[in-house]
Amino acid sequence: MASGVKPRVKVPKTAAAGEAITIKTLISHTMESGQRKDKEGNVIPRSIINRFTCEFGGEMVVDVTMEPAISTNPYFQFDATVPAAGDFVFTWYDDDGSVYDTTKSVSVG
Amino acid sequence: MEFSRRDAIALGLGAVAMTLVPFRVQAATATDDMIAEFTGGADMADSGVTLTAPEIAENGNTVPISVDAPGAVAIMILASGNPTPGVATFNFGPLAASQSASTRIRLAGTQDVIAVAKMADGSFARASSTVKVTIGGCGG
Repeated sequence: MASGVKPRVKVPKTAAAGEAITIKTLISHTMESGQRKDKEGNVIPRSIINRFTCEFGGEMVVDVTMEPAISTNPYFQFDATVPAAGDFVFTWYDDDGSVYDTTKSVSVG
Repeated sequence: MEFSRRDAIALGLGAVAMTLVPFRVQAATATDDMIAEFTGGADMADSGVTLTAPEIAENGNTVPISVDAPGAVAIMILASGNPTPGVATFNFGPLAASQSASTRIRLAGTQDVIAVAKMADGSFARASSTVKVTIGGCGG
């Protein structure tokens, strides 16, 4: 499923240098597990996002390997350190090869 | 031969057990295999990782869980009663402010959710929590 995938990320706009902030991410995706069957009894093929990463200035914050047991519209919440002003880059990797990304800037002040 | 009510119930229970037992055993082995692969067969401490999961989940399609393991480099989450036990593996980088994360998972039925944390010093810790699921999250 490559259509209608919309990432949503909540990051504070400003932070103190070295401060720990909480990041919440949500992406709309059916996360078809490969276990379900359609009306004719055929197995619906697996189609999930299998990896999620969050980076800041090239340094990794969190790298999540995802299995079919992650719910529809995958949600993650985690804490990150802001060393200086810059951009958080969020990337999701789909089974079908699609890559969805979004960027959020944080200013230090 | 006439079927009494008792016979019918016994037969029914037997059939259910026949279908469940091999599946349960298989899933449990797969869980152990995944833990062994992650830890390399090392011993796991009982403390050091916290797994927060609801005691009762009404809908197995979205069960909110969170893990917290100070000093961990990676946390693997497993659902022992799912058709495939793997759920997710969190790898924490240098900019992670705390080794904790929350997400939502699918559970096929009442089962144990297991979190195994790999610490920075190479040791492992494990926590598990039983979640009662009212409606399973694997679809028909």
